[in-house]
Amino acid sequence: MTAAVRLGVVVLCHGDLDLVARLARIWADGGARVAVHVDAKVSAARLGGLRRALAECGDIIFVARRHRCSWGRFSLVRATQDAATDLLARFPDTTHVYLASGACLPLRPIAELTAYLAADPDRDHIESVSSRDVGWTVGGLSHERFTLFFPFDWKRRRWLFDRFVAWQRRRGICRRMPSGLSPHLGSQWWCLTARTLRAILEDPRRAEFDRFFRFTWIPDESYFQTLVRRHSAQVESGSLTMAKFDHTGRPYLLYDDHLDMLADSRCFVARKIWPGASRLLSRFPLPVDGRPRVDPPQPARMSRIIDQTVRRRVLGRPGLYMQSRFPRKDAENGKTSAPYAVIQGLTDIFPDFEGWLRGHLSCDVHGHLFGPEGVEFAGRPRIGPGAISADPRIRDRDPQGFLTSLIRITDRMQVFQFSPRDNQALNWFIATDPNAHMLVVTGAWKLPLLHSGMPFDDVRRVFAQLQRIELEQLDVLNSLWVRARLHHHDLGEFLRHPLPILQDVLLQIDPHSVPVAALPAMRDPTGLDGMLRRLRNSGLRPRLTGEDLPAADLPITERTAAE
Amino acid sequence: MRGLGGHPLVGRLRRRAERQRLIARGILGGGALRALSDRTRRIGPGDILCLVTLRDERARLPWFLDYYRGLGVRHFLMVDNDSSDGGADYLRAQPDVSLWWTDASYKAARFGMDWMNALLRRHGRGHWCLTVDPDEFLVYPHMDQRPLTALTSWLESAGRRSFPAMLLDMYPKGPIEEALCAQGQDPFAVARWFDPANYSIQKNAYFGNLWIQGGPRRRAFFSHDPLASPALNKIPLVKWDARYAYVSSTHMLLPRGLNLVYDEDGGELISGCLLHAKFLSSFAAKSAEELDRRQHYGDSREYRAYHDGLHRGADLWCSESREYRDWRQLEDLGLISRGNWA
Repeated sequence: MTAAVRLGVVVLCHGDLDLVARLARIWADGGARVAVHVDAKVSAARLGGLRRALAECGDIIFVARRHRCSWGRFSLVRATQDAATDLLARFPDTTHVYLASGACLPLRPIAELTAYLAADPDRDHIESVSSRDVGWTVGGLSHERFTLFFPFDWKRRRWLFDRFVAWQRRRGICRRMPSGLSPHLGSQWWCLTARTLRAILEDPRRAEFDRFFRFTWIPDESYFQTLVRRHSAQVESGSLTMAKFDHTGRPYLLYDDHLDMLADSRCFVARKIWPGASRLLSRFPLPVDGRPRVDPPQPARMSRIIDQTVRRRVLGRPGLYMQSRFPRKDAENGKTSAPYAVIQGLTDIFPDFEGWLRGHLSCDVHGHLFGPEGVEFAGRPRIGPGAISADPRIRDRDPQGFLTSLIRITDRMQVFQFSPRDNQALNWFIATDPNAHMLVVTGAWKLPLLHSGMPFDDVRRVFAQLQRIELEQLDVLNSLWVRARLHHHDLGEFLRHPLPILQDVLLQIDPHSVPVAALPAMRDPTGLDGMLRRLRNSGLRPRLTGEDLPAADLPITERTAAE
Repeated sequence: MRGLGGHPLVGRLRRRAERQRLIARGILGGGALRALSDRTRRIGPGDILCLVTLRDERARLPWFLDYYRGLGVRHFLMVDNDSSDGGADYLRAQPDVSLWWTDASYKAARFGMDWMNALLRRHGRGHWCLTVDPDEFLVYPHMDQRPLTALTSWLESAGRRSFPAMLLDMYPKGPIEEALCAQGQDPFAVARWFDPANYSIQKNAYFGNLWIQGGPRRRAFFSHDPLASPALNKIPLVKWDARYAYVSSTHMLLPRGLNLVYDEDGGELISGCLLHAKFLSSFAAKSAEELDRRQHYGDSREYRAYHDGLHRGADLWCSESREYRDWRQLEDLGLISRGNWA
């Protein structure tokens, strides 16, 4: 341990003077000297109130030259410079200066902070990241902060600001940094040794530097961060103030419910406190118990929680469509929330396929969810999972919402049957969804038609209709944009090797599925060839079945046709 | 249908004309309101206001007022549409309620919205205003720890002017007629079930809002005509400005930007819910009466559907209903979101 640390604090405040009074007192009670800079926009009467409230604290001074501070402008640096100068002049034996805002709450006792600083008294705690290397900034300009001019206020003159930036980019304007400086960025809140701070404030070239920084963008995040590299021997690049920003660069507010998390974080100072967070204000800073502990801050957990929130704001929950998340097509970031399987044509080949499949998979196996007569939920309830109605009129009002809600509300994987008879509205949606497993056997719908016993004219009409629908669907399935895991076979192909095809698909859908030993009862394809021939002869062009159906009894059909 | 104006400028001009018409209607409709107790001078700067139109809701009022006082509403602006149950006397005795009375037609006043627009314009400017029905109760993320002022100040710092809260129909287990809720009692102690995931959404290109339908009302009363089932999307909380106007109930507003409360790039914005305590024993009597008055939207077809449904002894509960716990449950289900309010 070397000489005792004498801490000075610069507090920049803009509004909420009650909170400022409270925080300034916390710093002063902890043994720090405080210089308060109150924004010039605050009325003299309100400032008088603050002065009276803090009158009995001897170690608090008010900066005489008040500046009108506006966000992102040099006025904030000016205010800091003047406040630091006043502080060092009034208390010359100050060894460290901490820059805080009127919404920065000390979490740990000030004594622990001074003990922590005393452990290595020559170190400057300031985040200082080279702007050329890693992108430090969140949402906004980075290196251009230094290379363009920023004479307009972003909050009040947004239009001019944007136009002027665009114009400068077009003109290729590139300001040159004063010699000897390399641009660095970092958190606005720092703790410097008095030696380094004096060196920065009394630098013979300060006027030149100030001139340069006056027209940079957000100089409070770059002025001291850049100059410290010129004057400091030991930079500990990291802020002692925990301040998290969201994706647009706005600071997060801290509320009463963050109390435990803040206590766990072991950070010295946190920002930014919501002024109404009374429990935080009454709990922090934690009282000193015994000898001050000097363990370093561990903001990881707090950071993780805030990062999660940023993720939710930016990426959202996949497959969720709701009142405040309604992604446009192809910006969904996950069309659905979980894998699901669509099986097309198998119920036409095996009448009891659904029941058979249920025995093999540990999934929710539904019937034709998009069937024309109704939604065939597993077990055929009137109201399905998530209280989704089985009424087809309700489903067809918003088929995509129907499917995505079902997948999101259920815990197990959803498997359902499909056919050209069903609602085709989601063909593109499903085919382009990486969560979808699809087994499509085209032309399978011909088998029930073969056994329907309908008059030939009706068979021909239905045949033409279903074939047209399936051909349209094939345009989708053969497109470049398919992201589903698609197994596509025509009927002939499937009937030659049904068992390995099914086994393959079931294993992909559910790795723990029961091995396929036997197939369910199958519709007899005998006579299909004859039906197709008859349809062809009636002027249709049957497709989608494959070239080689299992040998049908050709001579017989021919004879029948001859009769 | 209305978006077919061709050039976007046409739509903008039409919306502007419509907004001005609505504001004018509000100014005119406000003339029908007679102040019974005007305490609006007690409204302080930055106070959150709550605006309500009501008729014969005496039994609900104590719990309603206490609920919103607990959240941090500082003043209530209420329009009594010719109640006959003594609710007005009760409200006049409340120190934080300003009350107006009218016997003008609810339907002719665009289902009360002209009155609301009038009061919003007169007293709501510069305040966060919550416009709800007496059976709607706001739920928002972090509500157990943070008052409504925390939400509004955060919204303001994020540059947001409106906050969406979808209507979530709550219902009891068992027949609705048997779900008694005594005066001053929490209605959600009785009607504490809701539908978790049967909502459908469509974007309204002209007004920019989302049109949400679903819930128990659609599956029980409107399966024959889902298009007619009531809209559930609402934007009840707005930092009011003289240029604003509610278009249809609190479903949407003008200017159009206020309706853009959702993210279209995959992210989530903040949202809440209005728990709807409609389905209690009082509902049967109320729906019969409303059917008689024919003062509701779409020729009261909603009430006709309820009336038919109730004759069959309606029980909205099903095995897939969820029991309401707290806002976290609603967030997990994806009905509301905290957005980036960590």
